[in-house]
Amino acid sequence: MNDLTPLRRAHATSAASQEPVRNLSRRGFLGAASGALILGIGLPVDPALAQAEGAAAIAPKPGTRVAAFLEIRSDGTVKLLSPFVEGGQGINTGLAQTIGEELDIDPSRFVVECAPPGPDYAVVNGLRLTGGSFSTRSSYAVMRRLGATAREMLLRAAAARLDVKQETLATNDGRVVHKASNRSLGYGELAQAALALLPREDLPLKDPKDFRYIGKPMARLDMRDKSTGKATYAIDLKVEGMLHAAVRHAPHLGTEPEALANEAAVKAMPGVDSVHRLPGAVAVVADSWWRARKAVEALDVTWAKPAADGLATVSGTFSSAAMLAALKATREPGLSAEAEGDVAGAFAKAGRVVEAEYDAPYLAHAQLEPPSSIARFNGDGTLDVWLPNQMPELFQSVAAKVAGLQPDAVRIHSPMLGGFFGRHFYYGSSNPFPQAILLAKATGRPVRVLWSREEEFGMDAVRPLGFARFRAALGPDGMPLAIHTTAVGEGPIGRWFGSIFKAPVDSSVVEGLDKKPYAIPNRRLDYVKVAHPVTIAFWRSVGHSMNDFFYESFLDELADAGAKDPFALRMALLKDSLRHKTLLQAVADLSGGWKRGPFQAEDGTKRARGVSMASPFGSETATIAEVSLKDGEARVHDLWIAIDPGSVVNPAIVKRQVEGAAALGLSATLLEQIVYEGGTRQARNYDTYPILDRDRMPRVHVTIIESGAPMGGIGEPGLPGVPPAVVNAVAVLTGSRVRSLPLAKEKLLSV
Amino acid sequence: MQTLTINGSRHDVDVEGDTPLLFVLRDTLGLTGTKYGCGIGQCGACTVILDGQATRSCQIPAESIGDAKITTIEAIGQDAVGKRVVEAWVGVQVPQCGYCQSGQVMAATALLQQNPRPSDDDIGQAMTNLCRCGTYNAIAAAVRQAAA
Repeated sequence: MNDLTPLRRAHATSAASQEPVRNLSRRGFLGAASGALILGIGLPVDPALAQAEGAAAIAPKPGTRVAAFLEIRSDGTVKLLSPFVEGGQGINTGLAQTIGEELDIDPSRFVVECAPPGPDYAVVNGLRLTGGSFSTRSSYAVMRRLGATAREMLLRAAAARLDVKQETLATNDGRVVHKASNRSLGYGELAQAALALLPREDLPLKDPKDFRYIGKPMARLDMRDKSTGKATYAIDLKVEGMLHAAVRHAPHLGTEPEALANEAAVKAMPGVDSVHRLPGAVAVVADSWWRARKAVEALDVTWAKPAADGLATVSGTFSSAAMLAALKATREPGLSAEAEGDVAGAFAKAGRVVEAEYDAPYLAHAQLEPPSSIARFNGDGTLDVWLPNQMPELFQSVAAKVAGLQPDAVRIHSPMLGGFFGRHFYYGSSNPFPQAILLAKATGRPVRVLWSREEEFGMDAVRPLGFARFRAALGPDGMPLAIHTTAVGEGPIGRWFGSIFKAPVDSSVVEGLDKKPYAIPNRRLDYVKVAHPVTIAFWRSVGHSMNDFFYESFLDELADAGAKDPFALRMALLKDSLRHKTLLQAVADLSGGWKRGPFQAEDGTKRARGVSMASPFGSETATIAEVSLKDGEARVHDLWIAIDPGSVVNPAIVKRQVEGAAALGLSATLLEQIVYEGGTRQARNYDTYPILDRDRMPRVHVTIIESGAPMGGIGEPGLPGVPPAVVNAVAVLTGSRVRSLPLAKEKLLSV
Repeated sequence: MQTLTINGSRHDVDVEGDTPLLFVLRDTLGLTGTKYGCGIGQCGACTVILDGQATRSCQIPAESIGDAKITTIEAIGQDAVGKRVVEAWVGVQVPQCGYCQSGQVMAATALLQQNPRPSDDDIGQAMTNLCRCGTYNAIAAAVRQAAA
């Protein structure tokens, strides 16, 4: 999602307001229900356009209006309306630290909620989203300034109240103090008067050496609630008078229900209110979800036939194997994503040419909370929707379209997420909220739609299956002279944000293959678009989740071909980047010094180590994995990860995020794949889509290097280095190279 | 109509006999701390303690419960072991998204009620609930801390 970085608001507005996003409406609901969908409705608009929509739509400069963010209460607590949604990444705590630092109030007294839609919250380069590992790095400066602005307003209000000069006042953890007269006022007592003042824009921020909260491993705000069952997710919400809906989706994406043979009998089942046909699905509404689910599963549905054949749609013969074969068969030169030096010349004089093809499968998010949504139409013509989401304004605009309302008549409530990993962006028919809206409309009652785990595995938008072809030239000294990479496929940026980011090369397909720190003088990276018929998604670390596996595995192949140690080769190729050399050395030191193996561990197992580097989401990582083989499977014992995100707000949260991302990366490396056969997904639950369990969890050692480089992301960067580090170690043990994930597809045997 | 003993109180519930305990807790009684994850006994997000045993409530039909005593996460603070487990969970800062953690805390509590000094193997055998955020190491550390 690095393409979001250079986005300018004017660009977003003009692009969005002129062109519908084709794929948003291409399949599923909206294609059938409402025709073209304009993504721009959910995006911040420029002031001229905003005024045309009425005074309420006038956009302030995002992140500056104190009253939109902070409610300073008389009990000494602060309620923060956050631009971001908390889903485990710790953003609520990080924001409390960042604002609390400048506001001078202990972060533990913050209560954080996700803000409703509104232009104040478009703090990610003019957009609002929780993703791309953008939250902290995009908002850090503006949130500090917000805290400083609020503090100054409180000081000014206190000076008036106490009738003293403002410069004689200080603050101390939520109080304004006048030392000379030994008087003080709590922020809560001053808040009302302070918020009436005009904010100043010329305030200095604190010197980082005086930080009390930023950079400290402070306790997270949500730990006790999450340890006692009190944290509330979308699935836990209840609205007065609400009915429950269960759905069953078409076995083939894009087909419709044609006939219901036993509708009357199902309607007579206990608790059933009504039976509905929805775009691509059937639904039963009942007085409890279990009754609705039993009823919908009893429905005898005849579904329309999918296309007989082909890859243009999810046809009756579509399979993930056929899709991969199509990507592999693509031989077009494609579009240039990167070009440096004289690649053809280097190959012409190469001592040796190395070639390899790599692929990675479709993946499910498999977050533990199944998706649900509640929709309620109100007497005043407005609509409330409670739904898991990473982009409230976009969901508001889509909900409005589905409901036939203006966006400002739709209130979006964004509860805490029970895991997301990219699951809760807008993915057309992969989101349940349009069903909730249609069913609430049809029944005249508030309706909650909850997808069973089976429906979720059937409809989750998936990490694209990906493929890359490599060709490299080695010089007589065994060093890489040239590398030519071709990435084939389609990414979520192109699919879902294609009309905003008009770059012909989809960054989410090539990220991790481009902008490498290695001094390989001649480089060519091409992109060939081959569209997937399935609904594709952002998945933690997006293109990096596979591309760093491809590239860093191939780099080990080059090391072997050139008779180099893979660690030494990387160190040599990093000669121009002190930052990367430092990081690579740091991970080696963390692991007790680089050794590739194989070697015998104390428990008698034969082990090896693999190394990798990655540059995901503005951060840099270096990873070492220690692996053995047991019963044909890879056992990962330790992961050492050095991460350089420039600087951090909460090192404890950073370490846990890196560990969690590493666990997900290992899960994908070892176990995960969504397989299509006959146009349907084979896995419908965790029994057939195994994810990393406790038994397979390695020790994870994380070290943070704060190089002072511009702040990078945290939620995703821990992941991409893990697959190549593990597979590189496996190659040492087996003597053969795995170029297709997951490892579970083959029995791994020691040489 | 049947009567269930949950967190020390008796509740009359009017549900079909095959309704899983999980949905009786969540939807009939509003005890939403117990989570629905998979519905097939794989993930453990719905773990409750049933007559002293960690039990996946999605696999327990209401009609099979009889007089068994059910403890859910809502009553975790009323149990000495449960209290220690929660303090360890907070102390170690275990949760990330938190969705699986009710089940994890219940599984840990049942383990420590039966086995106050579990070995690492014991912890591995008992703590089989899935966590997509990868908090497994923190969970093990918290169980060890609660046992100490």
